[in-house]
Amino acid sequence: MSKYKIVHYINQFYAGIGGEDMANYEPEKREGFVGPGQAFQGNLKSEAEITATIICGDSYYNENMEEAKNKILSMVKEENPDLFIAGPAFNAGRYGMACGDIASYVEKELGIKSITGMYIENPGVDSYKKNIYIIETKNSAAGMRKAVKSMSAFGLKLLNNEEILSPSEEGYIKRGLRKNIFVEKRGSERAVDMLIKKLKKEEFTTEFPMPEFDRVPPSPAIKDMSKAKIAIVTSGGIVPINNPDHIEASSASKYGKYDISRFKNLTCEDHETAHGGYDPSYANEDADRVIPIDVLRDMEKSNRIGKLHNYFYTTTGNGTAVANAKAFAAEIAQELISDGVDAVILTST
Amino acid sequence: MKLELGNIEITDIQFSNESRVKGSTLYVNKKEIENLILEDEHIKEVKIDIAKPGESTRITPVKDVVEPRVKVSGDGGVFPGVISKDETVGTGRTNVLKGAAVVTTGKIVGFQEGIIDMSGKGAQYTPFSQTYNLVLSCEKADDIKAHTYERAVRMAGLKTATYLGELARDIEPDNIESYETLPLMKSKEEFKGLPSVAYVQMLQSQGLLHDTYVYGVDAKQIIPTLIYPTEIMDGAIISGNCVSACDKNTTYHHQNNCVVHDLYKRHGKDINFIGVIITNENVYLADKERASNWTAKLADFLGVDGVVVSQEGFGNPDTDLIMNCKKIEEKGIDTVIITDEYAGRDGASQSLADADEKANAVITGGNANELITLPPMDKIIGHIDYVNKIAGGFEGNMTEDGSITVELQAIIGATNELGFNKLTAREY
Repeated sequence: MSKYKIVHYINQFYAGIGGEDMANYEPEKREGFVGPGQAFQGNLKSEAEITATIICGDSYYNENMEEAKNKILSMVKEENPDLFIAGPAFNAGRYGMACGDIASYVEKELGIKSITGMYIENPGVDSYKKNIYIIETKNSAAGMRKAVKSMSAFGLKLLNNEEILSPSEEGYIKRGLRKNIFVEKRGSERAVDMLIKKLKKEEFTTEFPMPEFDRVPPSPAIKDMSKAKIAIVTSGGIVPINNPDHIEASSASKYGKYDISRFKNLTCEDHETAHGGYDPSYANEDADRVIPIDVLRDMEKSNRIGKLHNYFYTTTGNGTAVANAKAFAAEIAQELISDGVDAVILTST
Repeated sequence: MKLELGNIEITDIQFSNESRVKGSTLYVNKKEIENLILEDEHIKEVKIDIAKPGESTRITPVKDVVEPRVKVSGDGGVFPGVISKDETVGTGRTNVLKGAAVVTTGKIVGFQEGIIDMSGKGAQYTPFSQTYNLVLSCEKADDIKAHTYERAVRMAGLKTATYLGELARDIEPDNIESYETLPLMKSKEEFKGLPSVAYVQMLQSQGLLHDTYVYGVDAKQIIPTLIYPTEIMDGAIISGNCVSACDKNTTYHHQNNCVVHDLYKRHGKDINFIGVIITNENVYLADKERASNWTAKLADFLGVDGVVVSQEGFGNPDTDLIMNCKKIEEKGIDTVIITDEYAGRDGASQSLADADEKANAVITGGNANELITLPPMDKIIGHIDYVNKIAGGFEGNMTEDGSITVELQAIIGATNELGFNKLTAREY
């Protein structure tokens, strides 16, 4: 059996080039292992071989991110490895950011499995744990032996396409990904067990730790509405009849942008809702009930608002992942700004 | 209030000239059921099928599932205020055709009906792959609105379940379970020393095809109130909703409310389960404030030490769930909440639409957005052409061989928030 090929990424310090004074060191590729790579090779034994090591200064990477990662990407591409290992970075912040970023980039761009290792408080953890597996390490290089051992073992599992178990079983940092599993007891029984523990002041583990919530402060009020350009954005699913872009009834993966410049009033002849979360009868009868074009046209005419924007944006809110909604909003907001829209009316269902 | 449930175990269902229960087989006269359903002018046509565990059968779009029961003794009849007269149920003896279920389907009402697969990968996510199902495919009369159709199909399911339940009236049950809840003060006296626990059941009441009925009353119009757990077993609460299939409580779920059953299991041993507070999930903020205020007040009034709160649906009702939890905790009462998650197909998104640090004891029925590919089935009952439109489906999710890819959301009961299943989600 031929050996798996691995490319290893380390910083200037671990390459023995120098400390902070050499942190601007530009990306360089060397054949075989360098520095901690030796220990990795020892752990990987005959199954895999570090064919090349890429070295880059931490300051260089963090200050020239685009350039650095593209240079490194082409180096990795030349080697065409089966696995890319970065670090471990322990608690070194800039090294952690570089390891997380390059490993994410290599995996995303080249489809090459990538891992790194960090201490739980390294800022690179929060930024990159969703993209790649980050093996948990101690906070300093004193934990090198253990880190290399667990990273090697995990890397080999990935290479052999073995099933990846839970974070605690495998030693990687929780990635914030919710995955379904079947357990021994039904939910109601687990709930009663948990309540009894809580009543007895015994320890229990919640199945879903509450997240921190984004709170968005409202923008300052518009002083003169008679000059304001207003747009409508809705999660109420109003679409031109027959839903031309097939926006999903639930868990939307896209949004639509539709021209309303010729409409004074929406009717069941021209618009309907694609939204799955409610009885669509009333919205389908008259889509103005969800996006009040008729009223806004009146207000435009009587100059209570400056102008109604020619397009409205729409998606279904029903079950749509927050990450999708955020991505839609970022794109929509950009377009609205470039179209000179002053304010948006958001309507739901 | 004391109720005995007499279970008659059903392990087969067959069509026959005469409807009856013999041994553990339920025999059904198709014609009589057709006639019963066609009494309603809103239903133009009905087709009746049988679906058994292990068969290569897919039922979709499923609206409701109902368990056949009959009141043998005690006041009133099943589904009070809807099928039977409005008498207080929950006492005496109720016989149950355990293992049998009535499943209603037909053209789509909203977008939110679901799938039941009787075998294959999807079967493990729905409890109704394990029941012997009589499936009613009800087609609506021309020119009737979605909500009228929904009501007609709902009534068809309840009427058929009542008809089948009657067959169990004079049959000696295979086993009898007994459930008793004492009046509050007596219960406190009897189980002195044990922590008192209530169950807060949130009922779907967002409206526009998201409704629940209590003794026939639309739950939107109730103020949170008290109910004996055994009343629920007699069909005091029924489903009228088309909330996403995975986390709607079908009427069957209400009849077999597992929180009630699991609290009873620990009753008199670890806890004193004193009863149920029912509340709603209306969409207006004022309604939410009022309902959660009342829920917390009732929990306080009852002097309980702890509550289990179950949710129904997702998104908008997440706010009711968190308000209930927060306000009950603020009364110094320990809470555990049961919900499910919409964390995106990759599981990386925020799971709930609301959160609070007081909600520190959460049970989850799993991530409803997770994708599943269901294998082709030999037989389809209902209409397969909606599986790309129902919530959890998407354009292009059907392949030519008949397999379909959906989010778990589309499977009836998959992430149920009464905690009916063994599914959960963990962080990876």
